[in-house]
Amino acid sequence: MSFEDYRGVWVFMEVKDGAIVPVAKELLGAGRQLADKRKTELAGVLIGDGVSALAEEAIYYGADQVYVYDAPIFKHYRTETYMRALLACTEKYKPEIILYGATSTGKDLASAVATDLPTGLTADTTQLDVEEDTGLLLASRPAFGGNIMATILCKKYRPQMATVRPKVVRALPRDASRIGTITRESIELREEDVRTKVLEIVRQTVQRVRIDEADIIVAGGKGLGSPAGFQLIHEFADVIGAAVGASRDVVEAGWIGHHHQVGQTGVTVTPKIYFAIGISGAIQHIVGMQNSGLIIAINKDPGALIFQSCHYGIVGDAFEIVPMLIEQFKHALGKESSYARKV
Amino acid sequence: MLHIVACIKQVPDTKIIKMNPKTNTMDRASAPAILNPYDAHAVEEAVRLKQRYGGTVSVLTMGPPPAVKAIRKCIEIGADEGYMISDRAFAGADTLATSYALTKALNKIAKERPIDLIICGKMTIDGDTGQVGPGIARRLDIPPLTSVKKIVEIDKEKGIAILHRKLEDGYEVVSSTMPCLFSVEKDINEVPYSTMPNMLRAARYNPHIWSVNDLEDVDKAQLGLKGSPTIVSSVWAPQKPQGGQMLDGKAADQVSQLLGIMLEKKELFQVKGESTS
Repeated sequence: MSFEDYRGVWVFMEVKDGAIVPVAKELLGAGRQLADKRKTELAGVLIGDGVSALAEEAIYYGADQVYVYDAPIFKHYRTETYMRALLACTEKYKPEIILYGATSTGKDLASAVATDLPTGLTADTTQLDVEEDTGLLLASRPAFGGNIMATILCKKYRPQMATVRPKVVRALPRDASRIGTITRESIELREEDVRTKVLEIVRQTVQRVRIDEADIIVAGGKGLGSPAGFQLIHEFADVIGAAVGASRDVVEAGWIGHHHQVGQTGVTVTPKIYFAIGISGAIQHIVGMQNSGLIIAINKDPGALIFQSCHYGIVGDAFEIVPMLIEQFKHALGKESSYARKV
Repeated sequence: MLHIVACIKQVPDTKIIKMNPKTNTMDRASAPAILNPYDAHAVEEAVRLKQRYGGTVSVLTMGPPPAVKAIRKCIEIGADEGYMISDRAFAGADTLATSYALTKALNKIAKERPIDLIICGKMTIDGDTGQVGPGIARRLDIPPLTSVKKIVEIDKEKGIAILHRKLEDGYEVVSSTMPCLFSVEKDINEVPYSTMPNMLRAARYNPHIWSVNDLEDVDKAQLGLKGSPTIVSSVWAPQKPQGGQMLDGKAADQVSQLLGIMLEKKELFQVKGESTS
């Protein structure tokens, strides 16, 4: 394998409900920087059924080139079909780097592609950089429950691959004047040869506000004592129109579902306001919320680690403070109706 | 009769592991070694399928000799057989080299008793990648099915498995040919307390332990640190946060200070595209 043959930075353009997922746009932003540093091309790989129209979007968000696999066989994500397309594309054009969003689809696809190529794959990256001259990808991620950060390299293989957490890098502003090349690709795949079939998709009512999209999050931890105590979090969140987050302890104790978990093994969130109530502030939680706009911590223990990672802290009993906050907010929001509407 | 193999790992409990602040390394002695919590659900699901359809549940791990303890834990949950590959040649493996070694062990297990289904946990709490399961499936050329939250039906005669894969806002019903590999979500089941007979069996149980020379057709260059394309070039402590401003006084004062701060930062509540009123 001659490394000179491998050029260009690629991003897997995951599509959901007819739109490019936010993390793919973020990766075009990060990929743009890597490609510029390497003086090479940034490409998106778009796979799906009826997705061709999205190719221009990828260009508007920073891609120079988009490879499109648009066929009915790609209607639903399946490891086997998407992997075949991406492997074929990789073999044909030989990129030096491929980035995927660390979503369940991105991780599934990347794991399969890495094994077949084979190459190294770094999971859940939170920082990306590239060595200008060697093209070596510096993929950094929290390790061991967020206790340390580690930089992972793949020196002997190309392409180098990483899955990247949503919301850790920024998308470029959409620029509809950007110009790029769209290349249609295809592979021979017959439905009867594919070993998995998607029989049905069941959409379940999502929680009122998804935590990864919320502007305000009220998160609770073990300090609330019990599932009954945790109701206070729901109540407060309701009043200010926030999503409910939780620490790993609380999720593991079964007080609330997994999709509320914020942190290394949960969701990374970047709301404008993050309330951490009764959360001790274990590093694995901090890595999932530290980029929030305004972090407010309430905890009984003045030595709680969370106070090191907040903007404003209150040492006190949540059961005393939060009901007062609820009252005050009700009052403030009631007075200013325009404000309430926005919240 | 099904033969299900659950792939498991012994991990340090990262929740309570302590770091040496000077050297930036983990004090492994500070954390007890446990069965990876996600893998307990994989084993439990295998045991439930055995109860439904009949068959055998085997567990497979790669690790140093003390990892026998994790296999015993799986026997407690209800697994029948335990296999462990343990050799210095495997040490330092990343996900690619790990899936290679485990695949060789699975081939050996399958020679004795063909495998219908492989179940892995979603990920390990020390590696946090979730890449080994799909890696094994690709190496065996069987369908990898990740994010499995329910197994609806296993029809060995027809060679079809039907399952639910978790999506961000619901789930999809998928059918797959068998054999296949599932990476299961934590909410697929609850692991009950072990029964006394299982605990007694586990305490006395000794797994099959294989070294690299017991495995067939192994390219040693693909094992361990040597066979790992990824390397850790540096580790560092996450940036120490500066600490926040504490709001003092009685509860009522603290609350009114906070409210004042939040009202000042009203723009944070601004919905995108809307102008400040």
